[in-house]
Amino acid sequence: MSSLTIRGVHKDFGPVRVLKDISLEVRSGEFLVLVGPSGCGKSTLLNLIAGLEVVTSGEIYIGDRMVNHVSPKDRDIAMVFQTYALYPNMNVRRNISFGLEMRKIPREEIERIVQRVVNILQIEELLDRKPAQLSGGQRQRVAMGRALARNPSIFLFDEPLSNLDAKLRVEMRTEIKLLHQRLGVTTVYVTHDQVEAMTLADRIAIMEDGIIQQFDTPRGVYKNPANLFVAGFIGSPAMNFIPTRVVQRDGGYGVKLEVEGGEVHAFSVPEGIISIGERLGRDVLMGLRPEHISDSLPDLEVGSQVHELVSPVKVVEPTGADTLVFIGVNGVEVTCRVHPEGAAMPGERMALKVDMSKALFFDPDSGARVE
Amino acid sequence: MDKRPAEVVPRAPGVLAGRTLIYVALILAALYFLLPFIVMALTSVKTMDDIRTGNLISWPREITLDAWREAWSSACIGVKCDGIKGYFLNSVKMVVPSVVISTMMGAINGYVFSKWRFRGSEVIFSLLLIGCFIPFQVILLPMARTLGKLGLAQSLTGLILVHVVYGLAFTTLFFRNFYVTIPDDLIRAARIDGAGFFRIFWRILLPVSAPIVVVTVIWQTTQIWNDFLFGVVFTGGDTQPVTVALNNLVNTSTGVKQYNVDMAAAIIAGAPTLLVYVVAGKYFLRGLTAGAIKG
Repeated sequence: MSSLTIRGVHKDFGPVRVLKDISLEVRSGEFLVLVGPSGCGKSTLLNLIAGLEVVTSGEIYIGDRMVNHVSPKDRDIAMVFQTYALYPNMNVRRNISFGLEMRKIPREEIERIVQRVVNILQIEELLDRKPAQLSGGQRQRVAMGRALARNPSIFLFDEPLSNLDAKLRVEMRTEIKLLHQRLGVTTVYVTHDQVEAMTLADRIAIMEDGIIQQFDTPRGVYKNPANLFVAGFIGSPAMNFIPTRVVQRDGGYGVKLEVEGGEVHAFSVPEGIISIGERLGRDVLMGLRPEHISDSLPDLEVGSQVHELVSPVKVVEPTGADTLVFIGVNGVEVTCRVHPEGAAMPGERMALKVDMSKALFFDPDSGARVE
Repeated sequence: MDKRPAEVVPRAPGVLAGRTLIYVALILAALYFLLPFIVMALTSVKTMDDIRTGNLISWPREITLDAWREAWSSACIGVKCDGIKGYFLNSVKMVVPSVVISTMMGAINGYVFSKWRFRGSEVIFSLLLIGCFIPFQVILLPMARTLGKLGLAQSLTGLILVHVVYGLAFTTLFFRNFYVTIPDDLIRAARIDGAGFFRIFWRILLPVSAPIVVVTVIWQTTQIWNDFLFGVVFTGGDTQPVTVALNNLVNTSTGVKQYNVDMAAAIIAGAPTLLVYVVAGKYFLRGLTAGAIKG
């Protein structure tokens, strides 16, 4: 187990700068998830940590050791790949022991380690099979077994679940989390799936365009997104962004909302958002998560922070536990999360409560938070 | 109740007729292509009297292997009358190392061009590919000079060198295109596991390369065994390959033309490539169409 420190790392591929001034501190035993859309540089960052690519500038430390010029095999890491990368010509046992053989570990010791891994992952009956004879889930387990056998100080996962079907993905996700809780090894996990990121991580680094947009706990990035990108990326269904204008309201500030069908409201901006005053009369983007526009908001009564509106419903999407209702506000489609019994039919009008205390505001040009 | 239409509709009489037509056409085509070989085989087991008096495709009155024996061990090629066996052996001695060396080097080249790309490697690969399109005649003079400078003129070693160099473009292309389909993650996993350049090649890539090795070996064996031009230019006398010897045997102008011996010698000279196709032909097709290795 080791901490991982990344300081001011840049990475260029030819003239293209794919990572810009990346700095991260991962505590020993922590589970870090790097998440972002494809092409954001997250896999490149993982490859830099693994030593499969070389940094252009900056420093990477594993524990106290600077590893910039240390080869992958000497970094004391193990990696699980998206394609599993099992050696096709070797059976499962050899796949697991290959890395140990390369390290000239004595035969009896290898036997012992393989047995330990087999017990952890319960893959005893697969030992003599070739990778081609395994299902996707089994390959995934073997790939993890190969990583476990090395007993590394850092685990690296490169989108390990994206080739599995939906059900298996959820199962393996839980398994990875259990494994981490049990072994407590520092882990860096790359994914483009924000649900995976939220469920697995101790802390999440959200990347876009080669820059870390926010580095925080799952709760932190959800409740308190640093900018428009993070707010839109984290959460499913995604946060609503409503273009609006700041107006004066009851001695404070409000935003103008015009509901499709004619209703016009001025909802109050929470008092904590001090700098909204500087934008009086100008456009802002208001962010509201679907669960904050609902038919009933438990524990909240209509008051200064909770507003009501009535709107015709355009589309209704039942998801089981909740039903998503789509309405039009200020010319954009807004998703509301309501109780299945409370949902109106398409075309009907529906009364909805809006929890403005949860509203976030963003600069429409730069995407920066207005706080 | 749903009955699938295919089961209830009786087979139309036209289908059977069509089938028959196809088979007849195929058999005729096969016979057409086999005919020269049949004539060769028949002629080679006839006596000279039989050949003179009979016609080209008549059945031999008496089957004899004398012509084969003569072609193998006592036919006159130039001034020597030892048959083609020595030259056949020359070909074997030349083909085996040429094929082995060019295949191995092609494999390593392909490995580098697909898995260890470096700045400019694509350019070098493209330049190498031009080698596939250079006609034999173009390199005759420069190669002759080079072999002379190296002291390898008129030797089997020199001919092996020529074939290795000439074959590299093809073998590299084959292996490179095969290895491109193998996921890079496999190489990365092996690097993290602690394997180096050659160990990854030996332990991970080569064991899965059987299909492309078969393709390359068949291709190279056929090309090199059948080569005449390099053989006739870069070797002489006792070091000539069997293709050159066959030409000399057939074109010897002294005495009576022994068609049976000529045919037997021609079949002997062509046998190895035929054999390679018969034995490994299906792997050849399979290897050419081999896709990516999953997982």
